[in-house]
Amino acid sequence: MTEITCKLLVIGAGPGGYVCAIRAGQLGIDTVIVESTKLGGSCLNVGCIPSKALIHVADEYEKLATAAQGKTPFGLTASAPALDFKQAIGWKDGIVQRLNNGVAALLRKSKVKIVHGRARFRDGKTVAVETETGPKLIRAETIVIATGSAPVELPFLPFGGTVISSTQALSLPAVPGRLAVVGAGYIGLELGIAFAKLGSQVTLVEALPRILPLYDAELTAPVERSLSRLGVGLLLGAKARGATPDGKSLLVETAEGEERRIAADAILVTVGRKPVLSDLGLEELVLDMDGSFIRIGERCETSMRGIHAIGDVTGEPMLAHRAMAQGELVAEIVAGLPRAWDKRCIPAICFTDPEIVSAGLSPDEARRAGFEIKTGQFPLAASGRAMTLHSEQGFVRIVAQANTHVILGIQAVGQSVSELSAAFGLAIEMGATLEDIAGTIHAHPTLGEAVQEAALKALGHAIHI
Amino acid sequence: MMAERVIKLPDVGEGIAEAELVEWHVKVGDIVREDDLLAAVMTDKATVEIPSPVDGEVVWVGADIGDTVAIGSALVRLKVAGEGATDPGEPEGSAAPELVVVEQPVAAPKNEAPAPAPAKLTEARPAASPKPRAVSAPTLSAVPRRQAGEKPLASPAVRLKAREAGIDLRQVVGSGPGGRITHEDLDSFALRGPEAERAPGLARLTAVTDIKIVGLRRKIAEKMALSKARIPHITIGEEDDVSALEDLRAVLNKKPTLERPKLTLLPFVMRALVKALAEQPNLNALFDDEAGIVHQHAGIHIGIATQTPTGLIVPVVKHAEARDLWDCARELGRLAERGREGIATRDELTGSTITVTSLGALGGIATTPVINHPEVAIVGVNKMMIRPMWNGTSFVPRKMMNLSSSFDHRVIDGWDAAVFVQRLKELLENPAMLFVDA
Repeated sequence: MTEITCKLLVIGAGPGGYVCAIRAGQLGIDTVIVESTKLGGSCLNVGCIPSKALIHVADEYEKLATAAQGKTPFGLTASAPALDFKQAIGWKDGIVQRLNNGVAALLRKSKVKIVHGRARFRDGKTVAVETETGPKLIRAETIVIATGSAPVELPFLPFGGTVISSTQALSLPAVPGRLAVVGAGYIGLELGIAFAKLGSQVTLVEALPRILPLYDAELTAPVERSLSRLGVGLLLGAKARGATPDGKSLLVETAEGEERRIAADAILVTVGRKPVLSDLGLEELVLDMDGSFIRIGERCETSMRGIHAIGDVTGEPMLAHRAMAQGELVAEIVAGLPRAWDKRCIPAICFTDPEIVSAGLSPDEARRAGFEIKTGQFPLAASGRAMTLHSEQGFVRIVAQANTHVILGIQAVGQSVSELSAAFGLAIEMGATLEDIAGTIHAHPTLGEAVQEAALKALGHAIHI
Repeated sequence: MMAERVIKLPDVGEGIAEAELVEWHVKVGDIVREDDLLAAVMTDKATVEIPSPVDGEVVWVGADIGDTVAIGSALVRLKVAGEGATDPGEPEGSAAPELVVVEQPVAAPKNEAPAPAPAKLTEARPAASPKPRAVSAPTLSAVPRRQAGEKPLASPAVRLKAREAGIDLRQVVGSGPGGRITHEDLDSFALRGPEAERAPGLARLTAVTDIKIVGLRRKIAEKMALSKARIPHITIGEEDDVSALEDLRAVLNKKPTLERPKLTLLPFVMRALVKALAEQPNLNALFDDEAGIVHQHAGIHIGIATQTPTGLIVPVVKHAEARDLWDCARELGRLAERGREGIATRDELTGSTITVTSLGALGGIATTPVINHPEVAIVGVNKMMIRPMWNGTSFVPRKMMNLSSSFDHRVIDGWDAAVFVQRLKELLENPAMLFVDA
């Protein structure tokens, strides 16, 4: 058995793991990263990136379809669009491929050794990896667990056949004629909306009484309107019970307690994600857990000295950018730098139609946290830029402490508002006040002006409303 | 055409050879108009403002605050218009600075050093190098403290800097909007150390504030050091029963008029001094110890130690021997007011031959008054209080007041001092004697 000794071993090359390894390499730490599948993790291979590629295709297709129906207000018409779905998937795979290669190049540039294979703990300092060329034993001073998460499987709807996870949904051979989606969280909605635009007859089944239960109703209302515009069926408070034996229908118990059969060519189950910790040999360690997740402290340290954990294995929010920040943090700690998690906010985005962004606290969360608050909301219908983009749905909302005007949170819903998230996060991290945003010139005409106007509104003197 | 004009320190008073610069009203680069104030200097007791005789631009200043400047030495150089001033060293007689004598004895010195001259200035500059600016601590009181458990508000860069410096941001008070911790807050915290911000409850304070002793404070310091170093003091404390005096004072104060204002005890003490000094003129004297001569004065000029916002001054009631009780009171009131307002003239602040110091109700039961050099005696008035006194058969409440008097033991013997103290006691306890020739 070949043996490798290093200072830092990172298990998992997703956004958390590869960022950690690259940063460690930059800091001159002798680093090894182990990945059992492809570099980039869920995010790059079967998550953020491919889904956004598919959503883009769907958006473009829908625009042409709208033009073909003569429904644009600005007189654009086209003949009925045709989509070569295989080519679309190929284009998406090409992007993923390029990014895979990019991660590999960045790791090499930082002199990180990449080991392909499945890792398993022998003890707190030693990991065995089954590689194509045989078993390897890696001894490391510090080990980072960054094995990420995988879609949750429902026992009565096991993946296979027509029952698919988000991973398969991104590589379907064709657009399903009828798609049933179980779970109206952000993944189910993003994919459901995309397929609806691509022509699927989509039905969303959600056990809770509303979509996107993690966001407040004000933010989700425009998305709900767009679901009805797209003809997406919505069953709220309904429980999936399983599939018919032929897999052609989803069995649902509706809110009223009725049994319903939803005919489907594919049944997409998006009811959450769970940490990937099996087969890792965790039984050789003594790690404190937090439910099914690994419990960590403010330095991403686990209950075992020399073992850190980052990303989805450490719990919610399971977001790539959180994992990246944790990865960087751990690399710097391993380099002996004094660091700890002190972020004020982790923005979250739903790439639905329209998009939803939330950074920091919502009004309700802020009140629950005991803050006296002031809010300001500016509708995109009053934004010149939104009008010229023919997308006036949505708003920007700002939440600030009533006495100090320190910004606690900013949310937005609307087309392309995901790009505003950078400004939201910056404002909150910098400890900006309403006056700071109100006093910053925002270029005209942009959607960003709505952020300034929301701040002005909270101060009681919005100009354009 | 531009020319340069030198403003010299003018003669600010008879027999004065130098003065201390206590304030700059201008700095290099300032444009001044005729009669604008340039600087303030302080002589023995009073402050003298130096106005500009012409319009011009300040190109050079000749001294730092606290420097002693000789009369006639260059104070300021002005760039002035016109060709008339080709001889920069010699101001024309008509344009000689008109002195605004005697402002308040020195305003609180500004914390700022004069601005450094521009680099192009190449003339030799005596003693005008810029001083490092004092680092002013940020005001902490206005900033609301964070609640327990509340996260400190700071930008990511500040948070990182704090971590690298090992500073717990929860300990740092933020001066920014909403209590945001700025880079400056962090720097100042790092300078003062974590102890300074320990809250709540008692905290160690480690700050040291340097206060330059200038102006009146410096004069006081010099004078006190001189008195204590040169004069071997003998101090006698005696208690005086002023019940009768207080009864008299109460009667006299019943109907105060402008001419006859309400009397304090001091005019009576002054009258007593005049009476006692008539018998012991050697106590009303100035001792020139270098010449070995005691100048015994016939006129009794009583200095009254007076507290002002900037420090101790001693306005002088001249010729107390020629003033009756009311006159003493009026003059005392006038001088005290001028002294406190800072408008007493140099003449009003000099020339005493003996001094009285009284802290009124703060006066304690005994003091060790410091003689106002070169005088030879000082009388300290302590507070008056009702004390039980034995009258031979029983204790009776009496209004008692102590006098603590110091004498220059080089020229006043203990016997003479004691006689003087007893005479004052006799006069104050039998106030009628203040007004009869006996």
